[in-house]
Amino acid sequence: MCTILAIGKGIWESQEGSAFAAFLPPPDGNNPPFSAFLTFWSYVIILNTVVPISLYVSVEIIRLGNSYYIDWDRMMYHAPTNTPAQARTTTLNEELGQIKYIFSDKTGTLTQNIMTFNKCSINGKSYGDLLDFAGHSIEITEKTAKVDFSWNHLADPKFSFHDPSLVEAVRQGSKEAQNFFRLLALCHTVMPEELNDGGINYQAQSPDEGALVTAARNFGFVFRARTPESITAVEMGEEITYDLLAVLDFNNVRKRMSVIVRSPEGKLTLYCKGADTLIFERLHPSCSKLMEVTTEHLNEYAGEGLRTLALAYKELDEDYFNSWKKRHHEASTAMEDRDEKLDAIYEEIEKDLQLLGASAVEDKLQDGVPQTIEQLSKADIKIWVLTGDKQETAENIGYSCNMLREEMKEVFIVAGNTREEVAEELRTARKKMKPDSSDEPPFHKSGFLGKKSEVVEDETVESEYGLVINGHSLAFALQEDLQLEFLRMACMCTAVICCRVTPLQKAQVVELVKKRKKAVTLAIGDGANDVSMIKAAHIGVGISGQEGMQAVLSSDYSFAQFRYLQRLLLVHGRWSYLRMCKFLRYFFYKNFTFTFVHFWYGFFCGFSAQTVYDEWFITLYNLVYTALPVLGMALFDQDVDHRWSFRCPELYTPGQLNLYFSKRAFLRCMMHSCYSSLILFFIPYAAIHGTVRDDGKDIADYQSFALLAQTCLLVAVNMQLGLDTTYWTAVNQFFLWGSMSVYFAVTFTMYSNGMFLIFTSTFPFVGVARNSLNQPNVWLTILLTSILCVLPVLAYRFLYMQLRPTINDKVRYKVRQDKGPPPDAPRRFRPRRISTRRSGYAFSHSRGYGDLVTSGRFLLRPMKSRTALFSRSASSGLTLSEESPQIFRPIAEEPIA
Amino acid sequence: MKKQKTETLNRPDNTAFTQQRLPAWQPMLSAGIVIPGFLIIGLAFIGIGVALFVTSQNIQVLERDYTGVEQNSDNNCFQCLNRTNCVCAVQFNLTQQIEGPVFFYYGLSNYFQNHRKYGVSRDDYQLSGDTSYFTEPDEDCIPYRYDSSDRPIVPCGSKANSLFNDTFRLYRLVGGQKKQVPFDGKGIAWWTDYNLKYRNPTLVDGSLAKAFNGTVKPVNWPKPVYELDTSDPSNNGFLNQDFLVWMRRAALPGFRKLYRRISEGEYADGLPTGNYSLEIDYNYPVHAFGGSKKVFFSNVSWMGGKNQFLGIAYLVVGSLCIFMSLVMLIVYAKYRFADEDS
Repeated sequence: MCTILAIGKGIWESQEGSAFAAFLPPPDGNNPPFSAFLTFWSYVIILNTVVPISLYVSVEIIRLGNSYYIDWDRMMYHAPTNTPAQARTTTLNEELGQIKYIFSDKTGTLTQNIMTFNKCSINGKSYGDLLDFAGHSIEITEKTAKVDFSWNHLADPKFSFHDPSLVEAVRQGSKEAQNFFRLLALCHTVMPEELNDGGINYQAQSPDEGALVTAARNFGFVFRARTPESITAVEMGEEITYDLLAVLDFNNVRKRMSVIVRSPEGKLTLYCKGADTLIFERLHPSCSKLMEVTTEHLNEYAGEGLRTLALAYKELDEDYFNSWKKRHHEASTAMEDRDEKLDAIYEEIEKDLQLLGASAVEDKLQDGVPQTIEQLSKADIKIWVLTGDKQETAENIGYSCNMLREEMKEVFIVAGNTREEVAEELRTARKKMKPDSSDEPPFHKSGFLGKKSEVVEDETVESEYGLVINGHSLAFALQEDLQLEFLRMACMCTAVICCRVTPLQKAQVVELVKKRKKAVTLAIGDGANDVSMIKAAHIGVGISGQEGMQAVLSSDYSFAQFRYLQRLLLVHGRWSYLRMCKFLRYFFYKNFTFTFVHFWYGFFCGFSAQTVYDEWFITLYNLVYTALPVLGMALFDQDVDHRWSFRCPELYTPGQLNLYFSKRAFLRCMMHSCYSSLILFFIPYAAIHGTVRDDGKDIADYQSFALLAQTCLLVAVNMQLGLDTTYWTAVNQFFLWGSMSVYFAVTFTMYSNGMFLIFTSTFPFVGVARNSLNQPNVWLTILLTSILCVLPVLAYRFLYMQLRPTINDKVRYKVRQDKGPPPDAPRRFRPRRISTRRSGYAFSHSRGYGDLVTSGRFLLRPMKSRTALFSRSASSGLTLSEESPQIFRPIAEEPIA
Repeated sequence: MKKQKTETLNRPDNTAFTQQRLPAWQPMLSAGIVIPGFLIIGLAFIGIGVALFVTSQNIQVLERDYTGVEQNSDNNCFQCLNRTNCVCAVQFNLTQQIEGPVFFYYGLSNYFQNHRKYGVSRDDYQLSGDTSYFTEPDEDCIPYRYDSSDRPIVPCGSKANSLFNDTFRLYRLVGGQKKQVPFDGKGIAWWTDYNLKYRNPTLVDGSLAKAFNGTVKPVNWPKPVYELDTSDPSNNGFLNQDFLVWMRRAALPGFRKLYRRISEGEYADGLPTGNYSLEIDYNYPVHAFGGSKKVFFSNVSWMGGKNQFLGIAYLVVGSLCIFMSLVMLIVYAKYRFADEDS
């Protein structure tokens, strides 16, 4: 623009300026190129109002305001932990409205990391569901009455169970029920810890085991103490010590564990618990009927996402046991193939079992996690779970929190151990999803020269797929030559779960997506192992809670519960984005318009860099007259309120595509302001041309024209603001009308006698306001220009809304139709999966503590083993809570040496 | 109670502002508002447009170009084109009386009074009668700040220097007799300019001329500022009405400025029909830069001088509005999205 004007100046100067010199001698001699050069810089000064400082200031204020809204939000305040949400940065709010990928940790983020004994099936009867009189199950909420365990003074007060019939069964001496809990009290590798006040604290290898032992404790079978050779339990108030003859430990292949105990009466019993499929293979044929019923129950439990175990026992006779014991000893002291031999020995005795029932432990998801994930996926946000857990656990959580669904056409599992295997698995998966996809990844073509950028385009597939990938496969998939294949394949899937990944891999996955996809990424986690991922993503969110502060400290936003994420994104993020875009569009509009008028005037003032407006107006335009209304809009505007934002998560999608402030939107804004400036210059020009006041005096003078043009401009941009604002609070009204009145007040003051007498040359516009604003044709001009600026926009928007309504229009229309607040979304019952898929069994997935328990080493060096536990848990960022025995530390990964 | 307080210490305040629940009015561009709105605006605009147009039509304007670039039958200013101190005359015949009060304007075109350099080339302090600026005019006045012998120019600057200096006398030709039409030059400038913005320096010994001691007249002027109107002290010096009118610089390169009013005696009702001759002291050169000089006789209305544009613009915009409201009505009836279930 400056260049055009400078060239214009050069031409003008050479053609007319020299002739005009009679009245306006050029001070720098008659040198068109030079004066063109000077004009260029003059116009640089005049036209730099396109991007004024106030833009930056306003942007910062808006960001700050929106961050405060997050801090202030009561709906993101977690009362039990007294934690409000916290925006730890102010610069990322609008990116919250553009998230395309979420990377989430599992433990502590999706789940509470608390296991609770939830249901069980004993001898073909299922307990744990509450039924009303008609036999329908009642949803269990916080308010549901809990079973009273006060008869059992050893009961853990934190344990809660809602079905009173089970307690009755146990107390009435049902043999099966008692046997069920006896098994739970005996068959485990938990360490008890007597507390000073007589209570017991359990140290369990896996939280599942702890939950089961705690359940047994509450139902009257209290595990009290263990030595290498014995287990002491209090059974219905009666202390009994069993001889522990053997522990048939858990491992990954066996997926079960057994203990062989001798009761004080001398009865030998084998108690076994394990994955149902394996137990069922080893049952005595007489149990087949019970097995069917139990299987039904198990399916039901699995459908609810519970972790199940089948329980069985077998009475042994002394002779057989002794001979077995001998062979067992041989096997356990064998120098070669000890494990195989032991497994064979175990296998031998664990058969012809009598089925007792099944237990169901809930890996408690945080509140509202499935709903949140559903909402987010409706908003077209892809969620990747990156977890250190085993595949089964991760998969199970994936199902229970609604990420993986039964309706999915296929869930691919990539678990190859070599590069070739992984590559093959990825390729076949991709071909299955999209048979016609080319092997060459579709790179995003950048504008210039069609050069290939690094960004991979999205590919769409018709059905929904899931992907579960293992840590070691992921290591191959992240290699230079496979990562694109992996990325393409993973992005075709609706849900991606990466299990057994290291913190470094988490970060690598995030980096990969960030680099190769043109999308905003968010990582959410709670522990120290998530820090790398949180730092790698565009936005990091820390869950402040159980696992210390590292994640929070390196995050951009923090809150206490995963479910707040949907509010952060769908409400705050969306609004922030919307507001920022509206603000920027409007701000550029008003400044472009302002500036373009100078441009047009350039053609009529000999390109002399004469400003159209009064200098004071130029100074105050951005600072006073238009600063507050637009701020008001950018701080208060909302298209629909938060309830509707939740009800229509689709509203989020425009943000992901950056529709509101893309290059196109910017161009449109430029065109719009170009049009407005033409109106704002030429209408006053034509209206004032050759005319005079109603008393014949001059009104076509520069100062009156300046006043007219600036008033037109201000009215027009304020009307445009009114059109852009969808949410008129009292503050908006006040700002808008206030700014207008301030404008007139300031104008009249500055053009008044007093100001001129005091500062003569500072306010040369004396009397202009009085002389021209009392003219009807001035006001008619103002009316005409502002209407002409606004009406086309109005018509365009109206027609566009009718012909091609955006999602916003639809929702707003619906809101209008409905009036009043939207009804709360119908409360969803936990989706019941009718599935034959057995969910993960309730074991941690490493070798058990059997050796340790029976060797007695823990007794010889108790302190050391305890400190080992502590240091391990401390290193994984756990905090120990002595008061809550239900929180067990997962000491999972490597077996204790 | 106290415990509960500390437990919820961090709970954010529950106010409409912090929770973003401020009561608000949420207008929407619904058909029920937009289409009638356009219609009403359209009708209103057409109404205003008609009023403006009719008013503008009723304003009478007589316009004559006297630059003299081309030889013309109704004036002999061609002879003056390249001469100074030349007198020429424009003859015209009024077939219809111009209703009074009649205003007489001169107009210049292609004249860049709005050039920035031109506009700033003045000294507001000087012009408000501050004599301390008489010895040292503002730098913006360069090159009309000091004359060749370094004496300060008052009033300084290009703007004052280029004061329009053609003068006009109007004669009515009645039966071969030239009868001068009286001009009224009082109060043709803005009241604020005359009373506030411009002031003469305090008289020295009762003489305005002495107040300008030590200064020289602008280069192009034939006489100093204190001799602009020696007959009327209230119209002399910086307060000379012609000077004030000139100093109110025009916004656009083509402009007209009020020269005199014709409102006295028998001309109070307007200029009667008949033949007229306008004698012009042709001094002001505009030919060099392709400008032109014109004179206008015009009366005014409530909306000021003759300007067809506003009326026509209102009519056009009004019709467009009605047209658009029809288009929108059709589109709405045919395509409205509300029916399709979203």
